[in-house]
Amino acid sequence: MYHKKECVAMLLAGGQGSRLYTLTEKTAKPAVPFGGKYRIIDFTLSNCINSGIDTVGVLTQYQPLVLNEYIGNGQPWDLDRIFGGVMVLPPYQKNKGADWYKGTANAIYQNLPFVDRYDPDYVLVLSGDHIYKMDYSKMLDFHKKSEADCTIAVLNVPLEEASRFGIMNTDENARIYEFEEKPKNPKSTKASMGIYIFSYAKLKKYLIEDEQTEGSSNDFGKNIIPNMLAAGERMYAYPFEGYWKDVGTISSLWEANMDLLGDKPKFNLYDKDFRIFSRNSAQPAQFIGAGSVTENSIITEGCEIMGTVKNSVLFSGVTVEKGALVNNSVIMSGVVIKSGAVVDNVIIDENTVVGKKAKVGDGSTPGVNVTIIGSELVIPDGKKIGGDLKVNSATLEELI
Amino acid sequence: MSVTGIIFSNLHDTNISELTSKRTMASVPFGCRYRLVDFALSNLVNSGVSDVNVITHYNYQSLMDHIGSGKDWDLARRSGGLKILPPYITAFSNENNRLYSSRLEALMSIQGVIASLTCDTVVLCDCDSICNINLNDMIDYHEEAGADITIGVKRMTLTPETSRYYNVIKSSDSGDVTDIASHQKDFSGRRDVCINIWIVKRRFLQTFILDALSHGFTSFTRDIIGRGIGKFNYKIYRYDGFYASINSMTEYYNINMSLLDPKNREALFKVKGRPVYTKIRNSPPTKYIGDSKVSNSLIADGCIIEGTVENSILFRGVRVDKHAVVKNSILFQDTQILQNAFVNCVIADKNVVVRNDVMLSGHSTMPLYIAKSKMI
Repeated sequence: MYHKKECVAMLLAGGQGSRLYTLTEKTAKPAVPFGGKYRIIDFTLSNCINSGIDTVGVLTQYQPLVLNEYIGNGQPWDLDRIFGGVMVLPPYQKNKGADWYKGTANAIYQNLPFVDRYDPDYVLVLSGDHIYKMDYSKMLDFHKKSEADCTIAVLNVPLEEASRFGIMNTDENARIYEFEEKPKNPKSTKASMGIYIFSYAKLKKYLIEDEQTEGSSNDFGKNIIPNMLAAGERMYAYPFEGYWKDVGTISSLWEANMDLLGDKPKFNLYDKDFRIFSRNSAQPAQFIGAGSVTENSIITEGCEIMGTVKNSVLFSGVTVEKGALVNNSVIMSGVVIKSGAVVDNVIIDENTVVGKKAKVGDGSTPGVNVTIIGSELVIPDGKKIGGDLKVNSATLEELI
Repeated sequence: MSVTGIIFSNLHDTNISELTSKRTMASVPFGCRYRLVDFALSNLVNSGVSDVNVITHYNYQSLMDHIGSGKDWDLARRSGGLKILPPYITAFSNENNRLYSSRLEALMSIQGVIASLTCDTVVLCDCDSICNINLNDMIDYHEEAGADITIGVKRMTLTPETSRYYNVIKSSDSGDVTDIASHQKDFSGRRDVCINIWIVKRRFLQTFILDALSHGFTSFTRDIIGRGIGKFNYKIYRYDGFYASINSMTEYYNINMSLLDPKNREALFKVKGRPVYTKIRNSPPTKYIGDSKVSNSLIADGCIIEGTVENSILFRGVRVDKHAVVKNSILFQDTQILQNAFVNCVIADKNVVVRNDVMLSGHSTMPLYIAKSKMI
């Protein structure tokens, strides 16, 4: 007989993240490296464990290899449990055929048997591609206090940006009376963060109904939420204050990495009461050589810095040789920047080598026209690669 | 072929009594993010030994905290894995209640565990031997030679000052041990010194423990190795990678500093397929703020650096504030050097705080040690 869990988290990690181009060629978006030693999914998984939620289903679909390997048995997040813990849930074959996950709602629908095993009162639906720290237990308290059927976490966004989000219009008690997806003339600035708590009985009912509806896109934002609203269910907006970023595009990924820098960073990784956990590599400490410059940057274990690093995020095991310059860039694990090379305004994926005196990126406006270089590439000595380029093995050949 | 490892966590503690007053030799911090036991554990694990016993003595809380279940070394196993063997003390006063003071006594104190071993071979390792050795090679050699004990040695240049810290092994051309000499004061030149890693046939180990108990032997080197030369098959195995052993505070300081040389880091940490594992602390990466000036330094993750750091070793979570200067120093976990402070040739233990405007300096031949959690 299974025990009961009050709240089970379902983490949607199947997204392709096509706007990250070569970074998501071989990995799912939640497995994209972030912030020196993390992957994007670390933030949601750490939030779960920091909120006392120890049962997490991770719904994967697109390129799951790296993600599966990374999550493993969940040990880095303390999610290796005898009962519960983290479980990777790929689409599966049933006796009446097999289906990919057709939409976010369908992904959860297909895994209702998983949720049922824990007999939860509440289900927390999360997405694996946001960078933020949040205590979900406070949101759950809010949900219970409001006697809500569904609670949606919302963030106050500037009015001019509100039309990019799903906007919740609420009454004075934070009860939602209207939901508008990307409204042209937003009536409020409360943007949905893609974090939902449902009372499980209600969620199950609407998922089953939605599944039986012809032509539904089986999506939370497009179907489930509007249907529940239309039926007059109790839906509340939970106000979240703090840093939250969707890192779905190259520029937002670059920006979010830069938000970690500085004396008073927009996003603080150094909070000992709310730690972000990740799978660690066994590398020695970083070495900062004589004559090197490390300015306003974060650098991770295993790096060897002999050159100049400014305003950048370096992952583990990066080598920056003498006379090389890295500026306004995000350099992932194992990259080698050879002597005299200049890397400015660039994101470089794992294990790529930038040859001697090569010049990569256009640094005239940091954060604009960021160039991305794929993984495992070799950029020849002296090669010039300009701004706003997306370089993978195929395009590199053309460039050479 | 099955192998069991036995690690001694508390030998030679008096060499660095400042650092071991509240911890075992095994849990002495080293090289930015490690504890000494990490090297012995990693050497064993990287050579496929997944059954490891750690003999403890006293003050082993810090060691328990560091090793935990052994999962960070992949030693949290259903069968085998890591076992910590606390001192053998009974509730009644009798002569078993004596704590061991030598390697052989340490082994005798776990006689019950040793008697129940069923493996073919046992590896004995000290914690203060810092090296990255392929034990598989050594074990293969031991097997082929049919040795009872194989002693790991490294060829080193000794001076009259350093020779007293080492056991010097003499051997024939075929690798048979012909003499072992401890702590000589007038020895110099190139010699094979014992790196305190031994491969022992399990049955031989069980026999000599019983023998030692019945004869009242106390010294492994003198009574087991010394007395057995010529009688038993003792071989040497030459290791030629990075090796350092900690004999004094100054030596401890120098060995740490020697890691600033890329050749040494290469030889100790970057051997292919043999990484050095340690407890995972989940520190964020290190942050350099503003125009911090850092040169020729090894820095672990989780540090926040706004000041100047030169020729230094910073452990995890160290903070160096604005206009603070750190030179030629070793700062353990979570040390804080506040604004305008200046430290030179200092070894600061965990959680030390050097407050604003304080100036402290030791000398490279006599580094200044600051005890754990001191505020200055």
